[in-house]
Amino acid sequence: MQLIYLSVWDLMLAAGLILLLATLSWRLRLGVERRVLIAALRSSIQLMLIGLVLEQLFAQTHLLLIGLIALVMLLVAGWEVLSRQKRRYYGFWGYGIGALSLFISSFSVTLLTLVVIIGVKPWYQPQYLIPLLGMMLGNTMSGVAIALDQLTRQAWDARGRIEARLLLGGTWDEAITDIRRDALRSGLIPIVNAMAAAGLVSLPGMMTGQILAGSPPLEAAKYQLLIMFLVSGATGLGAVAAVWIGSNRLFDERQRLRLDRLAPPPRME
Amino acid sequence: MARLRLEGLSTVMLRNIHLTLEPSERLFLSGVSGSGKSLLLRAIADLDPHQGEVWLDDRPRSRLPPPEWRRRVGLLPTESHWWAETVGEHWPASVTVPELERLLGILGFEADVRGWSIARLSTGERQRLALARLLLNRPQALLLDEVTANLDLVNRERVEAVLEEYRTTHHAAVLWVSHDLEQRTRLGGRRLVIHDGGLEPESCN
Repeated sequence: MQLIYLSVWDLMLAAGLILLLATLSWRLRLGVERRVLIAALRSSIQLMLIGLVLEQLFAQTHLLLIGLIALVMLLVAGWEVLSRQKRRYYGFWGYGIGALSLFISSFSVTLLTLVVIIGVKPWYQPQYLIPLLGMMLGNTMSGVAIALDQLTRQAWDARGRIEARLLLGGTWDEAITDIRRDALRSGLIPIVNAMAAAGLVSLPGMMTGQILAGSPPLEAAKYQLLIMFLVSGATGLGAVAAVWIGSNRLFDERQRLRLDRLAPPPRME
Repeated sequence: MARLRLEGLSTVMLRNIHLTLEPSERLFLSGVSGSGKSLLLRAIADLDPHQGEVWLDDRPRSRLPPPEWRRRVGLLPTESHWWAETVGEHWPASVTVPELERLLGILGFEADVRGWSIARLSTGERQRLALARLLLNRPQALLLDEVTANLDLVNRERVEAVLEEYRTTHHAAVLWVSHDLEQRTRLGGRRLVIHDGGLEPESCN
């Protein structure tokens, strides 16, 4: 197994493609060139920095430090979920629902993986914990964000229908059940599709990376499967948690639909 | 039969509303649009946060679970909303066939309406079926919000007839928001106007 090291020059060539994309956007007046460049720059800085940090981090196993990093990852993922909502909950819950669901799902699945499946000792060995948690958070984040966004959007649009059910003596649970189901389904579809198409349409990113880095393809496939199952499980758990907490917050103790707990949509660029 | 009593109802638009409706009483409520008529009905049915208490006889609303309360004070909005595919799916499970057929008959429907698709109903059909759906719950009071505003003459008369019959046979108090002066004078009863967040007698002119 040999590792082919990438030189700065190799990366520069790849970055040239981004410049090409930006030029294309500028010539065709797509108006996304600024965003493309900023995103490319952001990802370069972020990934390089995290690479440096991880090298330092992997060299030691200080539980407190690793916990701190995991916390930062969770907080950032929480913001990411929040920023993808059209109608956010006012106050703490706007951020809290996303972060809490991410915490419940990603952390528990990561822990299960480290302790039971991979069996790393100590379980918080950063070389395993940090990438795994990152993978879980990154994927769960999309599922949670989509499910929650669908829940609040649909509840907003279906106010008449929800209240009609309440007025006829339905409980809040009955009144929101269709919408909750739809929201959950939307949150799960991307990951289910990804599982179904894996290996046929494209090789998943992690497996590609492993193969490029020199792993035997079968070993890479096994790891990819493991990750996919874990990610699906965590996404499902996260989406269920988010939709459950979210739909609870849409009603008050007198089972009134409280759309006034949702903020008006932020202006999109 | 039940007496409906509002005690100090206040919302953003309404200030400290006190009102009592005797069993079988019909009370018409009017007022310029945006004066809070619908808000008052919504507050009674406990759909929006507000202050105050509502009683059906000696039972305060706060002592009943909200679904139970809402079944007892039947609120019929101007526009009906439906959540399932067919009409029959919206009827309460407890309904008996003779009761259903009798009610549908007065409203001008055959029994096969059960399988009709909601998407294909006309406005008039929707409103009449929404009324049927509401009355099958056997509410003790009725809160009507411009329920005949979108109906033609024939349908309006049918709806009025059913409501009158229900009111007299079940001794239900009826709080009826109506823009229609002709309707208010023709059917008669107490008439109030919402003005400036409070209730006033409708001036007879």
